[in-house]
Amino acid sequence: MTQVGQVVGILRKLNEEYQSSTPKKLKLIDAYLVYVLLTGIVQFAYCLLVGTFPFNSFLSGFISTVGCFVLAASLRIQLNKANQITFNVSPERAFADFVFAHIILHLVVVNFIG
Amino acid sequence: MTTVNDNSSEYITNSSSSSSAGLKSLITVIILICVCISGFISRLFSIIRFESVIHEFDPWFNYRSTVYMTDNGFYNFLNWFDDLAWYPLGRIVGGTVFPGLMVTSGAIHWFFHMINIPIHIREICVFLAPIFSGLTALATYLLTKELWSKRAGLFAAAFIAIAPGYSSRSVAGSYDNEAIAIFALIFTYYLWIRSIKTGSIFWSSCTALSYFYMVSAWGGYVFIINLIPVHVGFLLLLGRYSLRLYVSYSIFYILGLILSMQIPFVGFQPVRTSEHMIAAGIFILLQAYTFFDYLYNKLRYVRNIETIFFNLSVIISIIVFAIVVLLTYTGYIAPWSGRFYSLWDTSYAAKHIPIIINLHLLICLYPVGAWFCVKDLNDERVFILLYAVFASYFAGVMIRLMLTLTPCVCILAAIALSKTLDYYADAESSEMVSNYDDSVSICDEVENDENNQYLDNNAQNIDETDDNDDDQNFLTSNIKIIVVTCIAMMLLLFIVHCTWITATAYSSPSIVLVSYNSDGTRAIVDDYREAYYWLRQNTPEKARIMSWWDYGYQIAGMSNRTVLVDNNTWNNSHIALVGKAMASNETEAYKIMTMLDVDYILVIFGGVIGFSGDDINKFLWMVRIAEGEHPKDIKENNYFNDNKEYRVDKSGSPILFNCLMYKLCYYRFGELYTDSAQPSGFDRTRSVEIGHKNFDLEHVEEAYTSANWIVRIYRVKKLSNRFQAKDALEKLTSSLSEESFEKNDGKGVILNKPHVKKGTKKSMRRT
Repeated sequence: MTQVGQVVGILRKLNEEYQSSTPKKLKLIDAYLVYVLLTGIVQFAYCLLVGTFPFNSFLSGFISTVGCFVLAASLRIQLNKANQITFNVSPERAFADFVFAHIILHLVVVNFIG
Repeated sequence: MTTVNDNSSEYITNSSSSSSAGLKSLITVIILICVCISGFISRLFSIIRFESVIHEFDPWFNYRSTVYMTDNGFYNFLNWFDDLAWYPLGRIVGGTVFPGLMVTSGAIHWFFHMINIPIHIREICVFLAPIFSGLTALATYLLTKELWSKRAGLFAAAFIAIAPGYSSRSVAGSYDNEAIAIFALIFTYYLWIRSIKTGSIFWSSCTALSYFYMVSAWGGYVFIINLIPVHVGFLLLLGRYSLRLYVSYSIFYILGLILSMQIPFVGFQPVRTSEHMIAAGIFILLQAYTFFDYLYNKLRYVRNIETIFFNLSVIISIIVFAIVVLLTYTGYIAPWSGRFYSLWDTSYAAKHIPIIINLHLLICLYPVGAWFCVKDLNDERVFILLYAVFASYFAGVMIRLMLTLTPCVCILAAIALSKTLDYYADAESSEMVSNYDDSVSICDEVENDENNQYLDNNAQNIDETDDNDDDQNFLTSNIKIIVVTCIAMMLLLFIVHCTWITATAYSSPSIVLVSYNSDGTRAIVDDYREAYYWLRQNTPEKARIMSWWDYGYQIAGMSNRTVLVDNNTWNNSHIALVGKAMASNETEAYKIMTMLDVDYILVIFGGVIGFSGDDINKFLWMVRIAEGEHPKDIKENNYFNDNKEYRVDKSGSPILFNCLMYKLCYYRFGELYTDSAQPSGFDRTRSVEIGHKNFDLEHVEEAYTSANWIVRIYRVKKLSNRFQAKDALEKLTSSLSEESFEKNDGKGVILNKPHVKKGTKKSMRRT
């Protein structure tokens, strides 16, 4: 019980810390990440329930969600001022790279979806 | 006054340093151009000696596919069903080929025609490999520059341009996947190292695009998709995790995954086979690791948070591993496919690896370079070390993979050489520089770096050389001159060796043979093309040719006729049928040939000129393959003589003498004198007089024999009208003769009487 209480306490502290220290831009990206994650979970659950035919469409949609998630997470990492040392990119460059990668991702997804 | 002097000296310093930087880049460009040209030229030996022709076997299929694509367009190529091969089965080319090579040549062809240069597709195909070798040298330069320094990069580019291990598979005319695949491999690795260093989304996406090109080019892309995750895993183990690693690997993996599935031949393999599971596992692990790292940073103050996270990460990796094992066990994920499984079998290893021939001097510098990387370890050098370890192991197991080892050896040897020259090629005074005026061209890089340092000295940019001065005080200029001269001589020997090996061993087109007369003049043996062109011009368009599978691609490419089996060897039963036809006597073979609708048979016979790669030498393989599918009809032992030897002279087995292959090869050979000192019918390849001469063929007739009897083509005859009657009359007359009459007590004889074979009773079988 105390362990559960401990975990709940940790989670609450985590939530407070998150709300206070994260700038608005990053919170927006986090909301987008959660949305993409939910979409991915829904797609996977659908596949488990209904079956994998047509497999290429399922793969295309699922990889699209995973790709969007990874790209948005990378953008968030690069925009975070705390990581300025490890990355040497300006926010504009980070966003331009993000758009470039997305163009590639969606072109391939549309080609693969069949 | 002093300020003016300072300003002017600063001005001189700035302009000299910028002009020295300009000079450096100019020299770099010139060296790289020379490297590309030398790589191109050293691969042209067979073009100069013979002509611009596609070599060997496999490239003929690639050439034919490229011609089809340029004639019919890209979509028709992807959907092509080839009915000229594997008659009557056909081959789905679009789904069983790596299209990168054809698309590259087709794109170059299209570009040239668009700017109104009417170059033939054959020229593009023949010269594609040398051009891409120049690009490979550039990619190696870029990769080594990221790993070590520009000087090492120049050395690496020079080495890979002429190294025999690479040029053996990329001479002009060798139009095969490796020609572009090695370039794609090195370029992908360069982009990967760049993305690890910068952590930029752009470079990771470019890595994924280059990986897509590699997947379209060669089946060896599996090497990339396993080496990069292992590299990431090792970095995690070594505690070198960083957010750059997360960004670069995640984006590379996910974009690369969906891009690689666009190639029809690869299909769904990246999510279904064990070879791709390491990449997926590392991807999931990295996501979890990053998430925990993020939480950990937020929860730093909580007690015992480290142990909690460590336990959690261990539990999650065990769960993921268990899921993968479960999926493999239930068959959802295919286990390691056969050709990769054999790579783990160390007993399969080659008895001797031609290291010296392929790598010469570089193999000595290779461990030295690896050691230098270990000493100054960073993220990139972990990668090159892993590449070295795995490439060495795989080259030891399968000799063809020497090709993937060669770039790594070149890079590490260049690093070793560069680090050595850091100490020994350092100019401290002007006397040193003047001694190098008469140095040879390979010393260019050395000399030019000398010049740069000389200029640096004069521009009073002394910092670097001051440090070196302290380190190398013990090295006098005499020792330095001696060492650098020795290194230069070794490199010269290396160049001579590489060029000699490429010229003698690796530049034979296999389709045109050379022999030398007793007075030294060259005799070109062009029988293959002569015979293939005869087929093309003298047989009906829908004619079917039966030959052994080695020649399938060449026949389809040059004669444009339907073949039964070719080098793709995907259907072993079909090949076994052909082998059985070749190994049976004429009547049995005729039945198989009518069933398969064969019109012509092609055999290769080397007995007249002493060519040892002919079908009689390959015959035992035909027998073995046929025996695998038809063990009751074909037995290998029947083809050996009483001493268990495979011989074609008088001691040979009678079954061998009656089989179709023997008859087709040696028809009318008994009348030929190949050597004035020997009897007629002397086989110069086996160095024996053949045992069975002067026979006739019943169901086939000779259609064409090439000038040196290498290629022999026979036409399959239709059944004659009175087939049985002649034999029946003979049998009847012989059976009515005196002896047989008495033998049967005057009762007469039944033709073809079946004999009943008595079986044993069940009770007796137990004893």
